[in-house]
Amino acid sequence: MKNQFSKSVMALLVSLLLPLAVLLLTLKVAAHKGTPDVVDVKLKAEHISSVDHSQFEILQQDFETPHDVTAACLSCHTGRDEEIMSTAHWKWEREEEIPGRGVVSVGKKNLLNNFCTGANGNNGSCMRCHIGLGWKDKSFDFADNRNIDCLVCHDQTDTYFKQKGQGGMPATAETANSAYQVPDYPYVAQNVGLPKKNNCGICHFYGGGGNNVKHGDLEEALLSCTKEVDVHMAMDGPDMACIDCHTTERHNIMGKLYSVSSANTNRIHCDQCHTTTPHNDKVLDNHFEKVACQTCHIPIYAKANATKLYWDWSSAGLTDEHGNGYSEDDADGNHNYLSIKGNFVWDDHVKPEYYWFNGTVDHYLSTDTISEVPVKINSLFGEYRDSTAKIWPVKVHRGKQIYDTENNTLISLKLWAAEKGEGAFWKDFDWDTAARLGMEYNDRPYSGNYDFIASEVYWPINHMVSPKEETLSCTECHSRDGRLAQLNDFYLPGRDYNKTVDYAGFGLIFMTLIGIVAHFFGRIVAYFKNR
Amino acid sequence: MEKVKIYSRFERFWHWTQMMLILLLIITGFEIHGTFEAFGFETSVRLHSAAGWAFLILTIFAIFWMLVTGQSRQFVPVRNNIKSQIMYYISGIFKKEPHPVKKTADSKLNPLQRIIYFGLIILVFPVQLITGFSYLFFHYPDKPFAFEGLEAIAVLHTLGAFLLVAFVLAHFYLITTGHTITSNLQAMITGYEELEEETETATN
Repeated sequence: MKNQFSKSVMALLVSLLLPLAVLLLTLKVAAHKGTPDVVDVKLKAEHISSVDHSQFEILQQDFETPHDVTAACLSCHTGRDEEIMSTAHWKWEREEEIPGRGVVSVGKKNLLNNFCTGANGNNGSCMRCHIGLGWKDKSFDFADNRNIDCLVCHDQTDTYFKQKGQGGMPATAETANSAYQVPDYPYVAQNVGLPKKNNCGICHFYGGGGNNVKHGDLEEALLSCTKEVDVHMAMDGPDMACIDCHTTERHNIMGKLYSVSSANTNRIHCDQCHTTTPHNDKVLDNHFEKVACQTCHIPIYAKANATKLYWDWSSAGLTDEHGNGYSEDDADGNHNYLSIKGNFVWDDHVKPEYYWFNGTVDHYLSTDTISEVPVKINSLFGEYRDSTAKIWPVKVHRGKQIYDTENNTLISLKLWAAEKGEGAFWKDFDWDTAARLGMEYNDRPYSGNYDFIASEVYWPINHMVSPKEETLSCTECHSRDGRLAQLNDFYLPGRDYNKTVDYAGFGLIFMTLIGIVAHFFGRIVAYFKNR
Repeated sequence: MEKVKIYSRFERFWHWTQMMLILLLIITGFEIHGTFEAFGFETSVRLHSAAGWAFLILTIFAIFWMLVTGQSRQFVPVRNNIKSQIMYYISGIFKKEPHPVKKTADSKLNPLQRIIYFGLIILVFPVQLITGFSYLFFHYPDKPFAFEGLEAIAVLHTLGAFLLVAFVLAHFYLITTGHTITSNLQAMITGYEELEEETETATN
């Protein structure tokens, strides 16, 4: 009896309790999840200037021109002009190596884009965002340090603005109007400091002719946003400024955008602050090898205001009965037609597209001919087999733009002029003249024959990082029709499977079940027969 | 009729732990495969990895046990009686014929079981363990050596999983073909099975 009892206890132990203990231990191990690192950084906003600029006599004069202010700045800040004049902010181009092309010098100065087609030749309007004073035409002197505009970046008073249509000059006594007054130079000059969000934003938010037109993840909402829009810049969060990440050494600002740059240098990486294993969790940290932080942590962009996703130039130029341009709005109040620009599609809360990207980019150069449709204004390099490439979220801006049907080239348009009759498309609505003048200014050949062609540009997304609660969940990608459904050059668990193996496998299971049922049925029949 | 101890304590512990782990691996594995939803993808990934480690450790103990006790010989296939064992499942079982091969403590597996279990031990388990741990550690190319991606590993691992599912289903049914419906199950729980001297007895 006692023997029987101990056998039962032993059976319970080895056949149930111990195996269960192993199972529970396994569950316990599986439940372990790391705690993410907390980052502690000193923000630039806490920087205290070592001098009081209002005490300097040289800044207490009645400045005639902004050039005089620059001269006053440089009289103390010696050598800073040379720093500035070697940057892409000044030159609007940089020498970089493009894989397959060698070293080229590209930038806003000489590239075509997928929005207003190109800056060069539309200086009055486009060069308003140059850090110089009055790059109105080819006569602008890039060697003259008095042409540097120190104030546009360093103004802390929010009263210094470059005037519309003046190629980067603030209003003068002659050009001042109700919207743009002559700046109070002594006041502005005595109150300078490190660039704030809006110093950067005045250009980087409004590129392409309006808020958030180009980037989709950089716009005026970031000046005062919640954590849901951007965890870094949130007012209810760390309230970081641009320069907290875009660290700057001798006016060389870290970070770049691949619509105008090409090489994998001078970039900002999240791991500057967050390390390469920020989750403290192996399964998640492993993704760092192949997935950019941005991919999971920016599930949507254009979270506050809409961004332009499609721009069709071919419908531009329609006028009302008086020959004037007009505009139409979509349901959200964004333009979906402008006579001067054509048709648009805007959207907010946009899911990015995903591509491999290794930090190098090719561009459609002004000397290129069209080799594929849609024309790729830039193309991101990278693939799964490239060990330096990661999956990145990308805003793809598609559209249709004008091209030369004989030379097979994209056309640089003359869009902007101060007055009618100068041949600018935005004033005169004449494609042929605008194309001829634009190509002439850019020293490019134009045959006189034009049509419109599909084009697209790729902008990697970097801003508008979401709170961790809104990070992508696994199955956003690890599922049959997830976000990476189009990125097919590798095996992704949860998405991919081998059809043959799956059909054979499920077939085998099915056949096994059939066999079991048939055999069991046979035994039942036999049981009653043999009884 | 005599009650004979045929499964040692470790053998039973091994069997039931393995059963729990394999069930867990199958459910979580097929969720990761995208076949159905169970615990949620992330939980399944973590469970699958942990269960994989547990399975590896258990397998190491089992190999050690087999080598030390010499029980590994139980799993070596034999030539004799394969045909008669097949015929038993196809026809004999329906005619109340006795099992063609006698089950003893020294030879617990019938010739078909020996082949299947040998296959599991030599082929399926090693393939699942090797591909499974490759999956865990070498999921990206070039780190630490080029694997040309996950595809080959993942497809092999899936193939092994299908074979295991089929095995589990068949096994679950065939244990009812013993001397009585539950005699095999009882044996694996208590360790003891009634083995008759004259009549050849049940298996599985």
